[in-house]
Amino acid sequence: MNTYDIVIIGAGPAGLAAAIAAKEAGVDDVLVIERDSVPGGILNQCIHNGFGLHTFREELTGPEYAARFLSRAGELGVAIRLSTMVLSLSNERVLTVTSRERGVEQLRARAVILAMGCRERPRGALNIPGYRPAGIYSAGTAQRLVNLEGFLPGREVVILGSGDIGLIMARRMTLEGAHVRCVAELLPYSGGLKRNIVQCLHDYGIPLLLSHTVVDIHGRERLEGVTLAEVGADRKPVPGSEKYIPCDTLLLSVGLLPENELSEGAEVMLDRVTGGPAVNESLETNVPGIFACGNVLHVHDLVDYVSEEAARAGKAAARFVRGGTPKSTRVVKLTGRDGVRYTVPQTVRPAAMGESVVVRFRVANPYYGKYLSCYVDGKRISHRKKPIMAPGEMESFTLTREALGESAQEVVFCVEEE
Amino acid sequence: MELTCIRCPMGCAIHVELENGAVVSVTGNTCPRGAEYAKSEATAPVRTVTSTVRALGGVRPVVAVKTVPDVPKDKIFDVMDAVRALEVTAPVRIGDILCTNIAGTGSNLVAAADLDAE
Repeated sequence: MNTYDIVIIGAGPAGLAAAIAAKEAGVDDVLVIERDSVPGGILNQCIHNGFGLHTFREELTGPEYAARFLSRAGELGVAIRLSTMVLSLSNERVLTVTSRERGVEQLRARAVILAMGCRERPRGALNIPGYRPAGIYSAGTAQRLVNLEGFLPGREVVILGSGDIGLIMARRMTLEGAHVRCVAELLPYSGGLKRNIVQCLHDYGIPLLLSHTVVDIHGRERLEGVTLAEVGADRKPVPGSEKYIPCDTLLLSVGLLPENELSEGAEVMLDRVTGGPAVNESLETNVPGIFACGNVLHVHDLVDYVSEEAARAGKAAARFVRGGTPKSTRVVKLTGRDGVRYTVPQTVRPAAMGESVVVRFRVANPYYGKYLSCYVDGKRISHRKKPIMAPGEMESFTLTREALGESAQEVVFCVEEE
Repeated sequence: MELTCIRCPMGCAIHVELENGAVVSVTGNTCPRGAEYAKSEATAPVRTVTSTVRALGGVRPVVAVKTVPDVPKDKIFDVMDAVRALEVTAPVRIGDILCTNIAGTGSNLVAAADLDAE
Protein backbone atom coordinates (compact mmCIF):
# COMPACT_ATOMS: atom_id res chain seq x y z
CA MET A 1 0.00 0.00 0.00
CA ASN A 2 1.37 3.42 -0.99
CA THR A 3 1.79 5.84 1.87
CA TYR A 4 1.55 9.61 1.45
CA ASP A 5 2.30 12.33 3.96
CA ILE A 6 -0.92 14.24 3.24
CA VAL A 7 -3.89 13.16 1.15
CA ILE A 8 -6.50 15.84 0.41
CA ILE A 9 -9.97 14.77 -0.71
CA GLY A 10 -11.30 17.29 -3.24
CA ALA A 11 -9.56 19.72 -5.62
CA GLY A 12 -12.00 22.59 -5.22
CA PRO A 13 -10.99 25.89 -3.63
CA ALA A 14 -10.50 24.29 -0.20
CA GLY A 15 -8.43 21.34 -1.38
CA LEU A 16 -6.20 23.50 -3.58
CA ALA A 17 -5.51 26.10 -0.89
CA ALA A 18 -4.82 23.35 1.68
CA ALA A 19 -2.40 21.62 -0.70
CA ILE A 20 -0.54 24.86 -1.42
CA ALA A 21 -0.21 25.67 2.29
CA ALA A 22 0.98 22.14 3.13
CA LYS A 23 3.63 22.32 0.41
CA GLU A 24 4.71 25.77 1.50
CA ALA A 25 5.00 24.47 5.06
CA GLY A 26 7.62 22.02 3.79
CA VAL A 27 5.70 18.78 3.33
CA ASP A 28 6.56 17.53 -0.13
CA ASP A 29 4.46 14.39 -0.39
CA VAL A 30 0.99 15.85 -0.93
CA LEU A 31 -1.67 14.16 -3.05
CA VAL A 32 -5.01 15.72 -3.99
CA ILE A 33 -7.78 13.35 -5.13
CA GLU A 34 -10.60 14.76 -7.30
CA ARG A 35 -13.60 12.88 -8.68
CA ASP A 36 -14.21 15.31 -11.55
CA SER A 37 -12.10 15.25 -14.71
CA VAL A 38 -10.92 18.83 -14.04
CA PRO A 39 -9.75 20.52 -10.84
CA GLY A 40 -11.43 23.66 -9.46
CA GLY A 41 -14.63 22.18 -8.04
CA ILE A 42 -17.76 24.31 -8.10
CA LEU A 43 -15.75 27.40 -9.18
CA ASN A 44 -15.75 26.06 -12.75
CA GLN A 45 -19.47 26.69 -13.12
CA CYS A 46 -19.52 29.93 -11.09
CA ILE A 47 -18.79 32.19 -14.04
CA HIS A 48 -20.13 35.33 -12.33
CA ASN A 49 -17.67 37.83 -10.89
CA GLY A 50 -17.09 38.80 -7.27
CA PHE A 51 -14.56 36.17 -6.21
CA GLY A 52 -11.24 37.14 -4.66
CA LEU A 53 -12.01 40.66 -3.50
CA HIS A 54 -10.41 39.93 -0.13
CA THR A 55 -7.57 37.75 -1.42
CA PHE A 56 -6.54 39.52 -4.63
CA ARG A 57 -8.31 42.90 -4.36
CA GLU A 58 -9.98 42.08 -7.67
CA GLU A 59 -13.39 40.83 -8.70
CA LEU A 60 -12.58 37.60 -10.46
CA THR A 61 -14.91 35.02 -11.95
CA GLY A 62 -14.92 31.54 -10.41
CA PRO A 63 -12.72 29.95 -13.10
CA GLU A 64 -10.26 32.85 -12.85
CA TYR A 65 -10.08 32.48 -9.06
CA ALA A 66 -9.48 28.73 -9.40
CA ALA A 67 -6.80 29.35 -12.05
CA ARG A 68 -4.77 31.51 -9.63
CA PHE A 69 -4.64 28.64 -7.14
CA LEU A 70 -4.06 26.00 -9.81
CA SER A 71 -1.13 27.90 -11.17
CA ARG A 72 0.43 28.20 -7.69
CA ALA A 73 -0.23 24.50 -7.06
CA GLY A 74 1.47 23.74 -10.37
CA GLU A 75 4.54 25.80 -9.45
CA LEU A 76 4.82 23.87 -6.20
CA GLY A 77 4.38 20.51 -7.93
CA VAL A 78 1.19 19.50 -6.12
CA ALA A 79 0.05 16.10 -7.43
CA ILE A 80 -3.64 16.04 -8.37
CA ARG A 81 -5.23 12.71 -9.30
CA LEU A 82 -8.33 13.47 -11.41
CA SER A 83 -11.38 11.31 -12.24
CA THR A 84 -10.70 9.40 -9.05
CA MET A 85 -13.36 8.73 -6.47
CA VAL A 86 -12.68 8.09 -2.81
CA LEU A 87 -14.99 5.25 -1.80
CA SER A 88 -14.12 5.14 1.86
CA LEU A 89 -11.84 6.50 4.53
CA SER A 90 -10.99 4.69 7.75
CA ASN A 91 -10.13 6.20 11.09
CA GLU A 92 -6.62 4.79 10.55
CA ARG A 93 -6.43 7.09 7.48
CA VAL A 94 -6.58 4.35 4.87
CA LEU A 95 -8.41 5.46 1.74
CA THR A 96 -10.07 3.15 -0.77
CA VAL A 97 -10.17 4.91 -4.12
CA THR A 98 -11.28 3.95 -7.60
CA SER A 99 -10.65 5.22 -11.11
CA ARG A 100 -11.05 3.90 -14.64
CA GLU A 101 -7.32 3.90 -15.19
CA ARG A 102 -6.13 2.23 -12.03
CA GLY A 103 -9.13 0.34 -10.71
CA VAL A 104 -9.72 0.03 -6.97
CA GLU A 105 -6.71 0.64 -4.75
CA GLN A 106 -5.88 1.53 -1.18
CA LEU A 107 -3.66 4.36 0.00
CA ARG A 108 -2.43 5.25 3.45
CA ALA A 109 -2.00 8.84 4.60
CA ARG A 110 -0.17 10.25 7.60
CA ALA A 111 -2.71 13.07 7.54
CA VAL A 112 -5.96 13.51 5.63
CA ILE A 113 -7.64 16.81 4.81
CA LEU A 114 -11.37 16.58 4.11
CA ALA A 115 -12.28 19.11 1.38
CA MET A 116 -15.29 17.49 -0.29
CA GLY A 117 -17.51 20.56 -0.22
CA CYS A 118 -21.27 20.45 0.01
CA ARG A 119 -24.28 19.53 -2.06
CA GLU A 120 -27.65 21.10 -2.61
CA ARG A 121 -30.71 20.18 -0.60
CA PRO A 122 -32.93 18.29 -3.06
CA ARG A 123 -36.66 18.41 -3.77
CA GLY A 124 -37.14 15.22 -1.78
CA ALA A 125 -36.12 17.04 1.39
CA LEU A 126 -38.94 19.59 0.97
CA ASN A 127 -42.00 17.34 0.70
CA ILE A 128 -43.64 19.42 -2.03
CA PRO A 129 -46.72 17.51 -3.16
CA GLY A 130 -47.53 16.89 -6.82
CA TYR A 131 -46.16 14.95 -9.73
CA ARG A 132 -42.52 14.53 -10.66
CA PRO A 133 -42.42 16.08 -14.12
CA ALA A 134 -39.29 17.13 -16.02
CA GLY A 135 -38.30 20.75 -15.50
CA ILE A 136 -37.44 20.73 -11.80
CA TYR A 137 -33.75 21.32 -11.10
CA SER A 138 -31.58 22.37 -8.24
CA ALA A 139 -30.17 25.83 -9.00
CA GLY A 140 -26.66 24.41 -9.15
CA THR A 141 -27.65 21.79 -11.70
CA ALA A 142 -29.18 24.50 -13.88
CA GLN A 143 -25.98 26.51 -13.43
CA ARG A 144 -23.92 23.59 -14.67
CA LEU A 145 -26.23 23.02 -17.64
CA VAL A 146 -26.11 26.68 -18.73
CA ASN A 147 -22.51 27.58 -17.96
CA LEU A 148 -20.61 24.39 -18.76
CA GLU A 149 -22.82 22.35 -21.04
CA GLY A 150 -24.45 25.17 -23.01
CA PHE A 151 -28.10 24.21 -22.44
CA LEU A 152 -30.93 26.46 -21.28
CA PRO A 153 -33.16 24.26 -19.11
CA GLY A 154 -36.36 26.26 -19.69
CA ARG A 155 -38.08 29.51 -20.68
CA GLU A 156 -40.63 30.36 -17.98
CA VAL A 157 -38.96 30.02 -14.63
CA VAL A 158 -39.96 30.10 -10.97
CA ILE A 159 -37.20 29.92 -8.37
CA LEU A 160 -37.90 28.59 -4.89
CA GLY A 161 -35.45 29.77 -2.27
CA SER A 162 -33.37 32.92 -2.30
CA GLY A 163 -30.00 31.34 -1.65
CA ASP A 164 -27.12 32.86 -3.58
CA ILE A 165 -27.09 30.23 -6.33
CA GLY A 166 -30.81 30.83 -6.95
CA LEU A 167 -30.28 34.59 -7.19
CA ILE A 168 -27.29 34.17 -9.51
CA MET A 169 -29.32 31.82 -11.71
CA ALA A 170 -32.27 34.25 -11.82
CA ARG A 171 -29.95 36.73 -13.55
CA ARG A 172 -28.19 34.12 -15.66
CA MET A 173 -31.43 32.66 -17.03
CA THR A 174 -32.72 36.18 -17.73
CA LEU A 175 -29.56 37.09 -19.66
CA GLU A 176 -29.97 33.94 -21.75
CA GLY A 177 -33.50 34.91 -22.72
CA ALA A 178 -35.63 33.07 -20.16
CA HIS A 179 -38.38 34.84 -18.23
CA VAL A 180 -37.93 34.51 -14.48
CA ARG A 181 -41.38 35.10 -13.02
CA CYS A 182 -40.35 35.33 -9.39
CA VAL A 183 -38.15 34.12 -6.58
CA ALA A 184 -40.20 32.74 -3.68
CA GLU A 185 -38.64 32.60 -0.22
CA LEU A 186 -40.22 30.77 2.72
CA LEU A 187 -38.57 33.02 5.29
CA PRO A 188 -39.41 36.69 5.84
CA TYR A 189 -35.86 37.59 4.72
CA SER A 190 -33.44 36.35 2.08
CA GLY A 191 -30.54 34.09 2.94
CA GLY A 192 -28.59 35.46 -0.03
CA LEU A 193 -25.97 38.17 -0.09
CA LYS A 194 -27.25 41.73 -0.37
CA ARG A 195 -25.21 42.36 -3.49
CA ASN A 196 -26.87 39.41 -5.23
CA ILE A 197 -30.35 40.66 -4.41
CA VAL A 198 -29.45 44.04 -5.90
CA GLN A 199 -27.45 42.84 -8.90
CA CYS A 200 -29.47 39.78 -9.82
CA LEU A 201 -33.08 40.69 -8.93
CA HIS A 202 -33.46 44.48 -8.67
CA ASP A 203 -31.45 45.09 -11.85
CA TYR A 204 -33.85 42.91 -13.86
CA GLY A 205 -37.10 43.71 -12.07
CA ILE A 206 -37.50 40.13 -10.79
CA PRO A 207 -39.89 40.08 -7.81
CA LEU A 208 -38.68 38.53 -4.54
CA LEU A 209 -41.73 37.13 -2.74
CA LEU A 210 -40.79 36.77 0.92
CA SER A 211 -42.85 34.46 3.17
CA HIS A 212 -43.99 32.47 0.12
CA THR A 213 -43.52 28.85 -0.85
CA VAL A 214 -44.51 26.32 -3.50
CA VAL A 215 -47.41 24.17 -2.29
CA ASP A 216 -48.22 22.24 -5.46
CA ILE A 217 -46.52 21.14 -8.66
CA HIS A 218 -48.56 20.73 -11.85
CA GLY A 219 -47.85 18.74 -15.02
CA ARG A 220 -47.18 15.07 -15.59
CA GLU A 221 -44.48 14.83 -18.27
CA ARG A 222 -43.22 18.40 -18.21
CA LEU A 223 -43.78 20.99 -15.53
CA GLU A 224 -46.78 23.18 -16.40
CA GLY A 225 -47.02 25.38 -13.35
CA VAL A 226 -46.70 25.69 -9.61
CA THR A 227 -49.04 26.88 -6.90
CA LEU A 228 -47.50 29.50 -4.66
CA ALA A 229 -48.91 30.38 -1.27
CA GLU A 230 -48.09 32.90 1.38
CA VAL A 231 -46.89 31.46 4.70
CA GLY A 232 -47.62 32.76 8.17
CA ALA A 233 -45.27 33.27 11.08
CA ASP A 234 -45.48 29.51 11.68
CA ARG A 235 -44.18 29.01 8.09
CA LYS A 236 -47.38 27.15 7.22
CA PRO A 237 -49.32 28.10 4.05
CA VAL A 238 -52.09 30.64 4.64
CA PRO A 239 -55.38 29.12 3.30
CA GLY A 240 -56.85 31.19 0.50
CA SER A 241 -53.52 32.79 -0.49
CA GLU A 242 -52.77 30.19 -3.20
CA LYS A 243 -51.89 31.49 -6.65
CA TYR A 244 -51.26 29.46 -9.80
CA ILE A 245 -48.14 30.45 -11.76
CA PRO A 246 -47.63 28.84 -15.16
CA CYS A 247 -43.99 27.85 -15.76
CA ASP A 248 -41.92 25.15 -17.44
CA THR A 249 -39.01 25.26 -15.01
CA LEU A 250 -38.69 25.29 -11.24
CA LEU A 251 -35.26 25.88 -9.73
CA LEU A 252 -34.62 24.99 -6.10
CA SER A 253 -32.14 27.04 -4.11
CA VAL A 254 -33.06 25.84 -0.66
CA GLY A 255 -29.83 25.29 1.19
CA LEU A 256 -26.52 23.50 1.07
CA LEU A 257 -25.50 20.47 3.08
CA PRO A 258 -21.87 19.55 3.82
CA GLU A 259 -21.07 16.25 2.15
CA ASN A 260 -19.78 14.10 5.00
CA GLU A 261 -20.46 10.46 4.11
CA LEU A 262 -16.72 9.75 3.99
CA SER A 263 -16.14 11.55 7.27
CA GLU A 264 -18.81 9.53 9.02
CA GLY A 265 -17.23 6.31 7.76
CA ALA A 266 -14.04 7.38 9.51
CA GLU A 267 -15.98 7.98 12.75
CA VAL A 268 -15.52 11.74 12.51
CA MET A 269 -17.96 13.46 14.87
CA LEU A 270 -20.26 15.98 13.22
CA ASP A 271 -21.70 19.20 14.60
CA ARG A 272 -25.51 19.01 14.50
CA VAL A 273 -25.87 22.65 13.46
CA THR A 274 -23.21 22.96 10.75
CA GLY A 275 -23.55 19.42 9.44
CA GLY A 276 -19.75 19.39 9.26
CA PRO A 277 -17.09 17.92 11.54
CA ALA A 278 -16.52 19.43 14.99
CA VAL A 279 -12.93 20.69 14.93
CA ASN A 280 -10.32 22.28 17.15
CA GLU A 281 -8.19 25.38 16.48
CA SER A 282 -6.07 23.36 14.00
CA LEU A 283 -9.25 22.36 12.12
CA GLU A 284 -8.53 18.80 13.23
CA THR A 285 -11.49 16.50 13.84
CA ASN A 286 -11.91 14.11 16.77
CA VAL A 287 -9.95 11.55 14.72
CA PRO A 288 -6.24 12.40 15.06
CA GLY A 289 -4.68 13.37 11.74
CA ILE A 290 -7.98 14.01 9.95
CA PHE A 291 -8.52 17.71 9.23
CA ALA A 292 -11.41 19.50 7.51
CA CYS A 293 -11.86 22.79 5.65
CA GLY A 294 -14.17 24.59 3.24
CA ASN A 295 -17.83 23.79 2.72
CA VAL A 296 -17.50 20.25 4.06
CA LEU A 297 -16.71 21.85 7.41
CA HIS A 298 -19.40 24.54 7.30
CA VAL A 299 -21.10 26.29 4.40
CA HIS A 300 -19.27 29.54 3.66
CA ASP A 301 -20.53 32.76 2.12
CA LEU A 302 -17.30 33.77 0.35
CA VAL A 303 -14.66 31.60 -1.29
CA ASP A 304 -11.97 33.92 0.06
CA TYR A 305 -12.72 32.67 3.56
CA VAL A 306 -12.64 29.08 2.30
CA SER A 307 -9.13 29.61 0.95
CA GLU A 308 -8.00 31.28 4.17
CA GLU A 309 -9.44 28.50 6.33
CA ALA A 310 -8.07 25.76 4.06
CA ALA A 311 -4.58 27.23 4.27
CA ARG A 312 -4.82 26.89 8.05
CA ALA A 313 -5.84 23.24 7.68
CA GLY A 314 -2.95 22.62 5.28
CA LYS A 315 -0.45 24.18 7.65
CA ALA A 316 -1.85 22.28 10.62
CA ALA A 317 -1.74 18.97 8.75
CA ALA A 318 1.89 19.68 7.82
CA ARG A 319 2.72 20.28 11.47
CA PHE A 320 0.94 17.05 12.43
CA VAL A 321 2.95 15.06 9.87
CA ARG A 322 6.20 16.49 11.21
CA GLY A 323 5.16 15.54 14.75
CA GLY A 324 5.04 19.17 15.81
CA THR A 325 1.56 19.23 17.28
CA PRO A 326 1.95 20.17 20.91
CA LYS A 327 0.71 17.68 23.47
CA SER A 328 -1.77 19.73 25.36
CA THR A 329 -4.33 18.83 27.92
CA ARG A 330 -6.40 21.97 28.30
CA VAL A 331 -9.31 22.27 25.89
CA VAL A 332 -11.52 25.38 25.84
CA LYS A 333 -15.06 24.94 24.56
CA LEU A 334 -16.55 27.55 22.19
CA THR A 335 -20.33 27.95 22.04
CA GLY A 336 -22.83 30.16 20.26
CA ARG A 337 -25.92 31.29 22.13
CA ASP A 338 -28.77 33.81 21.82
CA GLY A 339 -28.64 34.39 18.09
CA VAL A 340 -25.23 32.89 17.37
CA ARG A 341 -26.02 29.49 15.84
CA TYR A 342 -22.65 27.78 16.04
CA THR A 343 -18.92 28.38 16.06
CA VAL A 344 -16.09 26.93 13.97
CA PRO A 345 -13.84 25.81 15.53
CA GLN A 346 -15.87 24.25 18.33
CA THR A 347 -12.87 23.92 20.67
CA VAL A 348 -9.43 25.51 21.05
CA ARG A 349 -6.33 24.26 22.81
CA PRO A 350 -4.50 27.35 24.02
CA ALA A 351 -1.14 25.57 23.72
CA ALA A 352 -1.71 24.94 20.02
CA MET A 353 -3.50 28.11 18.92
CA GLY A 354 -0.54 30.45 18.50
CA GLU A 355 -1.27 34.10 19.27
CA SER A 356 -4.86 33.96 18.07
CA VAL A 357 -7.42 32.02 16.09
CA VAL A 358 -10.24 33.25 13.83
CA VAL A 359 -13.62 31.98 15.00
CA ARG A 360 -16.37 32.00 12.36
CA PHE A 361 -20.12 31.69 12.88
CA ARG A 362 -23.52 32.68 11.58
CA VAL A 363 -26.40 34.44 13.28
CA ALA A 364 -29.95 33.05 13.41
CA ASN A 365 -31.86 36.14 12.22
CA PRO A 366 -31.15 39.52 10.66
CA TYR A 367 -30.08 41.92 13.42
CA TYR A 368 -29.78 45.68 13.02
CA GLY A 369 -27.70 47.77 15.42
CA LYS A 370 -27.29 44.90 17.89
CA TYR A 371 -24.13 43.96 19.75
CA LEU A 372 -21.93 40.97 19.16
CA SER A 373 -20.46 39.87 22.47
CA CYS A 374 -17.84 37.41 23.59
CA TYR A 375 -17.75 35.99 27.12
CA VAL A 376 -14.87 34.02 28.62
CA ASP A 377 -16.05 32.00 31.65
CA GLY A 378 -18.96 34.40 32.12
CA LYS A 379 -16.85 37.57 31.87
CA ARG A 380 -17.56 39.78 28.86
CA ILE A 381 -14.33 40.45 26.96
CA SER A 382 -15.78 42.01 23.82
CA HIS A 383 -18.92 43.96 23.01
CA ARG A 384 -19.12 45.39 19.51
CA LYS A 385 -22.02 47.21 17.91
CA LYS A 386 -22.78 45.84 14.43
CA PRO A 387 -24.86 47.93 12.00
CA ILE A 388 -26.11 44.70 10.42
CA MET A 389 -25.72 40.97 10.92
CA ALA A 390 -27.52 38.60 8.55
CA PRO A 391 -27.88 34.80 8.45
CA GLY A 392 -26.57 34.73 4.88
CA GLU A 393 -23.25 36.25 5.84
CA MET A 394 -20.59 34.77 8.10
CA GLU A 395 -19.33 36.70 11.07
CA SER A 396 -15.89 36.31 12.54
CA PHE A 397 -14.06 37.04 15.77
CA THR A 398 -10.33 36.92 16.42
CA LEU A 399 -9.90 35.11 19.73
CA THR A 400 -6.49 35.72 21.30
CA ARG A 401 -4.65 33.31 23.56
CA GLU A 402 -4.15 36.19 25.94
CA ALA A 403 -7.95 36.52 26.36
CA LEU A 404 -8.12 32.90 27.45
CA GLY A 405 -5.57 33.36 30.25
CA GLU A 406 -4.35 30.31 32.14
CA SER A 407 -7.61 28.78 33.21
CA ALA A 408 -10.47 29.58 30.79
CA GLN A 409 -12.93 26.72 30.30
CA GLU A 410 -15.59 28.14 28.02
CA VAL A 411 -16.03 30.94 25.48
CA VAL A 412 -19.55 32.02 24.54
CA PHE A 413 -20.55 34.22 21.60
CA CYS A 414 -23.96 35.88 21.58
CA VAL A 415 -26.04 38.71 20.16
CA GLU A 416 -27.09 41.30 22.74
CA GLU A 417 -29.58 44.15 22.68
CA GLU A 418 -27.23 46.53 24.43
CA MET B 1 -31.28 58.42 -3.90
CA GLU B 2 -31.09 55.28 -1.75
CA LEU B 3 -28.68 52.58 -2.91
CA THR B 4 -27.40 49.26 -1.66
CA CYS B 5 -23.68 49.07 -2.28
CA ILE B 6 -22.63 45.99 -4.19
CA ARG B 7 -18.88 46.49 -4.11
CA CYS B 8 -18.53 43.93 -1.32
CA PRO B 9 -20.79 41.61 0.70
CA MET B 10 -21.30 44.26 3.39
CA GLY B 11 -24.13 45.71 1.30
CA CYS B 12 -23.95 49.17 2.90
CA ALA B 13 -27.12 51.25 2.64
CA ILE B 14 -25.93 54.44 0.95
CA HIS B 15 -27.74 57.75 0.63
CA VAL B 16 -26.77 59.96 -2.29
CA GLU B 17 -27.79 63.62 -2.51
CA LEU B 18 -28.16 64.81 -6.08
CA GLU B 19 -28.52 68.35 -7.33
CA ASN B 20 -29.23 68.90 -11.03
CA GLY B 21 -27.93 65.39 -11.75
CA ALA B 22 -24.68 65.99 -9.91
CA VAL B 23 -23.68 64.23 -6.69
CA VAL B 24 -23.40 66.65 -3.75
CA SER B 25 -23.01 64.14 -0.91
CA VAL B 26 -22.65 60.44 -0.19
CA THR B 27 -23.39 59.01 3.26
CA GLY B 28 -23.69 55.54 4.76
CA ASN B 29 -20.71 54.00 2.98
CA THR B 30 -17.99 52.43 5.11
CA CYS B 31 -15.16 52.50 2.59
CA PRO B 32 -13.91 54.62 -0.32
CA ARG B 33 -15.03 51.96 -2.80
CA GLY B 34 -18.57 52.53 -1.55
CA ALA B 35 -18.40 56.26 -2.25
CA GLU B 36 -16.99 55.59 -5.69
CA TYR B 37 -19.76 53.05 -6.38
CA ALA B 38 -22.50 55.36 -5.16
CA LYS B 39 -21.28 58.24 -7.32
CA SER B 40 -21.15 56.15 -10.46
CA GLU B 41 -24.37 54.26 -9.66
CA ALA B 42 -26.26 57.51 -9.15
CA THR B 43 -24.96 59.10 -12.35
CA ALA B 44 -23.77 56.42 -14.79
CA PRO B 45 -24.42 52.87 -13.49
CA VAL B 46 -22.18 50.12 -14.91
CA ARG B 47 -22.06 46.33 -14.59
CA THR B 48 -19.70 43.50 -15.43
CA VAL B 49 -21.57 41.20 -17.79
CA THR B 50 -20.51 37.57 -17.36
CA SER B 51 -21.80 34.95 -19.75
CA THR B 52 -20.64 32.19 -22.07
CA VAL B 53 -19.95 32.08 -25.80
CA ARG B 54 -20.23 29.13 -28.13
CA ALA B 55 -16.91 27.40 -28.70
CA LEU B 56 -15.92 25.06 -31.51
CA GLY B 57 -13.47 22.20 -31.06
CA GLY B 58 -13.22 22.52 -27.29
CA VAL B 59 -13.62 19.97 -24.51
CA ARG B 60 -16.81 21.85 -23.64
CA PRO B 61 -19.31 23.56 -25.99
CA VAL B 62 -19.08 26.99 -24.29
CA VAL B 63 -16.48 29.16 -22.60
CA ALA B 64 -16.97 31.78 -19.86
CA VAL B 65 -16.50 35.45 -20.76
CA LYS B 66 -16.70 38.85 -19.09
CA THR B 67 -16.74 42.49 -20.12
CA VAL B 68 -13.61 44.54 -19.37
CA PRO B 69 -14.11 47.22 -18.25
CA ASP B 70 -17.72 47.26 -17.00
CA VAL B 71 -20.44 48.29 -19.44
CA PRO B 72 -23.32 50.76 -18.95
CA LYS B 73 -26.22 49.06 -17.18
CA ASP B 74 -28.65 49.94 -19.96
CA LYS B 75 -26.40 48.19 -22.51
CA ILE B 76 -26.49 44.77 -20.80
CA PHE B 77 -28.97 43.24 -23.26
CA ASP B 78 -27.18 44.75 -26.28
CA VAL B 79 -23.99 43.12 -25.01
CA MET B 80 -25.85 39.81 -24.58
CA ASP B 81 -27.11 39.96 -28.19
CA ALA B 82 -23.52 40.37 -29.34
CA VAL B 83 -22.35 37.57 -27.01
CA ARG B 84 -24.96 35.20 -28.45
CA ALA B 85 -23.88 35.97 -32.01
CA LEU B 86 -20.25 35.21 -31.26
CA GLU B 87 -18.47 31.91 -31.86
CA VAL B 88 -14.86 31.13 -30.95
CA THR B 89 -12.50 28.24 -31.60
CA ALA B 90 -10.69 26.35 -28.84
CA PRO B 91 -8.17 26.53 -27.34
CA VAL B 92 -9.05 29.67 -25.39
CA ARG B 93 -6.98 31.07 -22.52
CA ILE B 94 -8.04 33.33 -19.64
CA GLY B 95 -7.52 36.93 -20.73
CA ASP B 96 -7.88 36.29 -24.49
CA ILE B 97 -9.80 39.17 -26.06
CA LEU B 98 -12.67 37.54 -27.96
CA CYS B 99 -14.39 40.70 -29.15
CA THR B 100 -13.27 44.32 -29.04
CA ASN B 101 -15.68 47.21 -28.42
CA ILE B 102 -18.58 44.85 -27.82
CA ALA B 103 -21.96 46.31 -28.81
CA GLY B 104 -20.25 49.68 -29.20
CA THR B 105 -19.66 50.02 -25.47
CA GLY B 106 -15.90 50.52 -25.76
CA SER B 107 -15.41 47.44 -23.56
CA ASN B 108 -13.81 44.20 -24.65
CA LEU B 109 -15.23 40.73 -24.20
CA VAL B 110 -12.51 38.69 -22.52
CA ALA B 111 -12.25 34.96 -21.85
CA ALA B 112 -12.76 34.25 -18.14
CA ALA B 113 -11.90 30.56 -18.27
CA ASP B 114 -9.50 28.29 -20.10
CA LEU B 115 -10.90 25.93 -22.68
CA ASP B 116 -8.65 23.22 -24.06
CA ALA B 117 -9.04 21.92 -27.58
CA GLU B 118 -10.63 18.51 -27.80
